[in-house]
Amino acid sequence: MINSITSLNFTKNMSRESWVNLLLLVVIVSVPIIATLMDEVYYVNLSTRIIIIAMAAVGLNFALGFGGMVSFGHAAFFGLGGYVAGIAAFHSFEGTLFLGLIPASDQMLLIWPVALLGAAMIALLIGAISLRTQGVYFIMITLAFAQMIYYFSISLTTYGGEDGLSIILRNNFAIGNSNNPLHFFALCFFALLMSLWLSHRMVGSRFGAALTMAKLNETRLATAGIEPYSIRLVAFVVSAMITAFAGALFADLNGFVDPSMLSWHRSGEIIVIVVLGGVGRLFGPIAGAIAFVLLETFLGGFTDRWQLFLGLVLLGVVLFARGGLIGLMTGNARHG
Amino acid sequence: MTLALTLEQLLNGIQFGVMLFLMASGLTLIFGVMGLINLAHGSLYMVGAFVCAYVTGITGSFWLGLLAGALGAAIMGVIVEVLVIRRLYQRDHLDQVLATFALILILSEGTALVFGSQPLWLDIPSVLKGSIELGSVVYPVYRILIIIVGVLVALGLYLLISRTRIGMKIRAGENDREMIGALGVNISVLYTFVFAVGAALAGLAGSLVGALQSVEVGMGEPVLILAFVVIVIGGIGSIKGALIGAMLVGIVDTLGRVLLPSFFQWFMEPSAAASVGSALASMLIYLLMAIILAIKPKGLFPAND
Amino acid sequence: MVDSIMRIQKLYKSFGALKATDDVSLDLRKGEIHALIGPNGAGKSTLISQIAGSLKPDSGQIFLDGEDITQLSVAARAVKGLGRCFQVSSLAMPLSVRRNVMIASQAITGSSFRFWKAVESDKALIAAADEAIDMVGLLDRADEPASYLSHGERRQLEVGCALALKPKLLLLDEPMAGLGAGGSERLTGLLESLKLDIPILLIEHDMDAVFRLADRISVLVYGQIVAQGTSHKIRHDPLVREAYLGSSDLDVTGEVYD
Repeated sequence: MINSITSLNFTKNMSRESWVNLLLLVVIVSVPIIATLMDEVYYVNLSTRIIIIAMAAVGLNFALGFGGMVSFGHAAFFGLGGYVAGIAAFHSFEGTLFLGLIPASDQMLLIWPVALLGAAMIALLIGAISLRTQGVYFIMITLAFAQMIYYFSISLTTYGGEDGLSIILRNNFAIGNSNNPLHFFALCFFALLMSLWLSHRMVGSRFGAALTMAKLNETRLATAGIEPYSIRLVAFVVSAMITAFAGALFADLNGFVDPSMLSWHRSGEIIVIVVLGGVGRLFGPIAGAIAFVLLETFLGGFTDRWQLFLGLVLLGVVLFARGGLIGLMTGNARHG
Repeated sequence: MTLALTLEQLLNGIQFGVMLFLMASGLTLIFGVMGLINLAHGSLYMVGAFVCAYVTGITGSFWLGLLAGALGAAIMGVIVEVLVIRRLYQRDHLDQVLATFALILILSEGTALVFGSQPLWLDIPSVLKGSIELGSVVYPVYRILIIIVGVLVALGLYLLISRTRIGMKIRAGENDREMIGALGVNISVLYTFVFAVGAALAGLAGSLVGALQSVEVGMGEPVLILAFVVIVIGGIGSIKGALIGAMLVGIVDTLGRVLLPSFFQWFMEPSAAASVGSALASMLIYLLMAIILAIKPKGLFPAND
Repeated sequence: MVDSIMRIQKLYKSFGALKATDDVSLDLRKGEIHALIGPNGAGKSTLISQIAGSLKPDSGQIFLDGEDITQLSVAARAVKGLGRCFQVSSLAMPLSVRRNVMIASQAITGSSFRFWKAVESDKALIAAADEAIDMVGLLDRADEPASYLSHGERRQLEVGCALALKPKLLLLDEPMAGLGAGGSERLTGLLESLKLDIPILLIEHDMDAVFRLADRISVLVYGQIVAQGTSHKIRHDPLVREAYLGSSDLDVTGEVYD
């Protein structure tokens, strides 16, 4: 057995982290089930919202946590997924053709591959340019490109421009009824599990070993005969695809998509969620998303100025609790 | 399009570029000397605009307001630097991004608490309200003032950095952080000073622009991102790069918004040309950035790494 | 020419007015340790960077096993068989010894674009890494994080990482720096046992080690090779004494300069 990641006494904390992870999953599944039994649809949808936002953060965590790439532009991919779902729903509701050429579908199983492919292509372009640089350049360039796509979404007058686009009928999934809140929750939960599993497998694979080394020591990786650039680029694309998938679900959850999904605030929030949960921890995004959505919902219920408190909490985490929430719960400092 | 109109737009572009330079020079100075990426720079711009609008409202003097705007942002800069920023110099970029993102939230909400969520309006003195004739172009005096201020600031920064003892220390800090300690310079005071200078420039920019548009929470954020584009194009850490990048972005953006829609009219119907043209125009500077980075990944004037 | 594994031909590199590499030619033959020595500022690290691929020369060529590698990246050169160890340790400290070596084995046992199979159950990969770890005598510490190793052991691990590439040659940048007598001796023994299979280009400050290990020596001064020859010849070359060592007494035991 290879004790790979850190020190020997780490094993103990690993298992404690697994318990925390399991607890998170149990909580996140039981809340909507109990809420359904109590006929509280609001809490089902709130749970779904947490799940989807967590998934967007799982995507970013792959690039940021495991690959050390601080992308400040992931909202672009989140929004891109959202717009694919929204535009598909729009055209199939109206019975019109996309760009006057392509028939639209309201089948999620057709919409998702398009969203994933679209995100992959955009991420490949953005990544190819921005990964030639690192550090501060990378942060600013990803931010700038995301802003470009944001302005592009505003210019989409056919799809509501600045006002956004309503999804009148939620897109359909092959099994179950996507309009049933609990069914939709189950669908999103399954998607989240898939993305976690995918991340886990990839981080443990040859590719993941190279990605870890790209983050820890780029020179070592190149000297070992592996191009850091290609490894990072592929990781960036995968990361963008996961976040875009979450975006497609988010649009269907809200029945609405608008440019604010691509705003740089949203990019910042996704980073915040990853960091709140704990950078480079597999289940960190879930803890982060729970904390974020609860703060947003309950503080937002008390005061319009809830972001003031978010700012203070965030400042506290950055300055004093670098392991994130899971780090606090397991008494373990930040990874990597 | 007539020559006069093109000239006018060119002047608008320069004026926009000057404003971006005021923002970008502070950002790039702070990065060059302290290695800090400061997302909250746009918030200092906003603070400057609010203080300027408030002081102008009370005293009735725009000039006092302008001074107060720059000074207010500088004071806020010092407070923020001492409380938060100086803990970040040794941290990685992710921590810097997060902490300064948190500062944006705090400063935005704080400003809304103090000044309310309604936009404020700044009135400029009547001397500046007119227009003057420049050859065939009639151009607003106020915008010319902004251009002049920008030229003076660029000159002032050049003199500060190349001719003064403080500038020498700043250059030493850029080149060698250890040496500056060995010289017996108090680094933390120097860093606070540099941050305050950057903040004052941002506050000045906010105050000047506040009279062209409304003064509201969140006004600093689009400007911040453009300033990032500017310093990425110019080369992070280079004041000269910031100046040239700012002019390039200001002019390309302004002319693009005017020229592109009419350009597409050559081969499209007017309404389609207008929408395609304006969509492309809003993305133009980012495309410019992409092209420059594809050729020079470290920008036009990369500072010493 | 047949027996040279690497050949550097008329390499030039300048930074502004400074000629950091000025018409450098040298070769590394099978079975030898070729030492490159020179005072500080002679341009050794610039030359190494060009050989390793992190810096491109202004002109000239570098051949590895007859193939021109001048334009290849660091990673591509590594795959072609150029193993390198750094002056400043480049290990990933939080990772285990084995993980540090495995990444190098990964490049030669297949693609790194395999996304599914866990490396921890990749027997071929682990076996390849363990072989290299064994060669540098660290097998009993393979599961420990690199940060637990002593300075000397980290040097051994660096060599192990390079060996995992199954390189055609090794490029060692001051491997003896900071090693105590024991560590230095162990590493010397290791290098001597390796050189028959893998020729070594050694950049080293420790003159004792150089004269003990090297079959041939090239002396670099101001970017130029001023003398080249067998260890014996260089030791007694009056030109080298005068121009570089600045002393007629070459029976020194410590570092001649620093």
